[in-house]
Amino acid sequence: MTATADHTDQPAPAGSSLMAEPDDRGRFGQFGGRYVPETLVPACAELEDAFRSAWGDPEFRTEFETLLHDYAGRPSALTDCRNLSEELGCRVLLKREDLNHTGSHKINNVIGQTLLARRMGKQRVVAETGAGQHGVATATAAAYFGLDCVVYMGEVDVARQALNVFRMELLGAEVRPALSGSRTLKDAVNEAMRDWVATVEDTYYCLGSVMGPHPYPWMVREFHRIIGTEALAQSQALLDGDVPDVVVACVGGGSNAAGLFAGFVDTRAELVGVEPAGGAAVSRSVPGVVHGSMSYLMQDEFGQVQEAQSVSAGLDYPGVGPEHAHLADIGRARYEPVTDAEVLAAFELLARTEGIIPALESAHGLAWMSRHRTELAGKTVLLNLSGRGDKDVAQVQAIKRRDPEAMAHVDLERKPGDPS
Amino acid sequence: MTAASTDAVAGLTAAATETDADEPPVVWDTTGMAPGRLESELLAKREAGRKLLLPYITAGYPAGDWARLVEGVAAAGADAIEIGVPFSDPVMDGATIQESSTRALADGIDPGLALDTVADLDVGIPLIVMTYYNICFRMGHRRFANALAEAGISAAILPDLPLEEAGPWTRAADHAGIETVLLAAPTAPDERLPRIAARSRGFVYGVGLIGITGERDALATSSLEMARRLKDVTDKPVLIGVGVSNPEQAAAVCEVADGVVVGSAVIRRVLDEGVDAAVDFVAALRAGLDGGG
Repeated sequence: MTATADHTDQPAPAGSSLMAEPDDRGRFGQFGGRYVPETLVPACAELEDAFRSAWGDPEFRTEFETLLHDYAGRPSALTDCRNLSEELGCRVLLKREDLNHTGSHKINNVIGQTLLARRMGKQRVVAETGAGQHGVATATAAAYFGLDCVVYMGEVDVARQALNVFRMELLGAEVRPALSGSRTLKDAVNEAMRDWVATVEDTYYCLGSVMGPHPYPWMVREFHRIIGTEALAQSQALLDGDVPDVVVACVGGGSNAAGLFAGFVDTRAELVGVEPAGGAAVSRSVPGVVHGSMSYLMQDEFGQVQEAQSVSAGLDYPGVGPEHAHLADIGRARYEPVTDAEVLAAFELLARTEGIIPALESAHGLAWMSRHRTELAGKTVLLNLSGRGDKDVAQVQAIKRRDPEAMAHVDLERKPGDPS
Repeated sequence: MTAASTDAVAGLTAAATETDADEPPVVWDTTGMAPGRLESELLAKREAGRKLLLPYITAGYPAGDWARLVEGVAAAGADAIEIGVPFSDPVMDGATIQESSTRALADGIDPGLALDTVADLDVGIPLIVMTYYNICFRMGHRRFANALAEAGISAAILPDLPLEEAGPWTRAADHAGIETVLLAAPTAPDERLPRIAARSRGFVYGVGLIGITGERDALATSSLEMARRLKDVTDKPVLIGVGVSNPEQAAAVCEVADGVVVGSAVIRRVLDEGVDAAVDFVAALRAGLDGGG
């Protein structure tokens, strides 16, 4: 049991404003806000104004949607998985974000934000990346728009995701390793924020998830809303107007989940966010403030942020987007952890049953379904396949060979909910 | 899930669960308040023609010797001392202060230990705690404010708690007699500065440049501009920090400002040469400000 799983059947009230705009202080319930160094306060306000204006501008919306279609390859397919359904005993629908250009959902947000950067007259973008997916997407969009691009990546992740580092460099971006702290995603965010504090006048910070100071959690969710909008229409077409019983997505910062949930939050579908056991911020439900917003945060008794540990670099983050904390708090979504061992099993399961190699991040959702197959029996479950697994193949191969280097971040004995 | 349950229970003591029900309203203009110890002493010294010197030290670094550093810095002519309580993710700090913070944390410093050590000191000048908001939020606003007061701390600086988010903390701090120093940055539009100055107590901390803490070869012209813009809107002491790196730069910025905060330049000397060299450097800063450098 998690602290927040008691009211998961509670539907959204009619006419609800769930997953609409946060309040004027950037809050979703008690979560969110704008906890940044004073230097960045005017920049956040300027960004909020720019986004509000762009998002209300039909020309901007048209350009965004055209690029999603012509460049990113949207709409992404919805795959009805016969073999996997037979294996799990529930009907499995996969939202195929893995088929997007650059191989994950990240491209949606990045196209939106780089369009905004250009509209704001910024010539340089900085980004943080964990698995490298957001970094690759940002480098891609920067190449397309002719912007200078610097991507901060934890030194540990640089080693784990060498292929994505090379990809970013091919695309013309400079990859700077973050050498402080746990040398993973959290520290890459610190470095990107430090860069932005020093360069705010000419630099756009292209944040990669539904986290950070207002307006990022709201803005990034809106750029990903297309996932949920498409998935709702596609599943209704497939299910004679009905919606799936359960909608599942992995959650690190929570951007793919936010985009997907936005399409279903006002339906009867149960919403499930799946966290890595070593980075289960929502499952632990302790509020904290880091990287610009108040949310649930893995921390010690003194408020020092703890280092997340996950086989998947993209979920190796001790916090979570503030809107997810709010959805958990009001019982509209439930958030549960799975172990690295379960994730690796799910990774192979999808490859063997459906011929799809998922990103380790996305395999978390499938791992949760596999664990809960009794509860899910006979139901229809929609899983966001947020990214493809090409980037993870070498790492999984090394793990299977018991390479001690690669095993350093995989604790097969860890139980769900245990601290790292 | 035993660990998670324990965590969740511990979380109940965090600031998020403190109720606002019986709280007085937040005071946004502190001009009418009686100045606290820090502001009173800084005003009196400014009145006497003295330029104000606030060195920064990192609590817990060097382990076992940092109390001696505080005492040495006070004796070398500091008017108040900023004591950094290390946080795991200091986004406003550059490599030097990150390094001292990381080492202090590795050596086992925590907020309670830092305050206990400070409480045993008698250095004769006001002490200010500088830390990031989550340290305060985790302990709870009232508990944190009371803990500072009990340790004899006069003021607090929370660099990731801007004006708009400062309400709940400042209410607890005002009640406990802790002065909250707010930062003002060169990026602020003119209309914002008077509001920051109005809420700030102790002094107004002008950020000298657009960037994070760390030494710079030359004084940023934005330092003087920042000082001028703040002096135009407030009678509270105006101190400039971030990038003030040596006695010459300190003296130059004090042509306009009432004083300086010097952090990385002090800490680098501790890191490279030890406590005594850092104390000597603070003495040199004092001499520079007094016109004897």
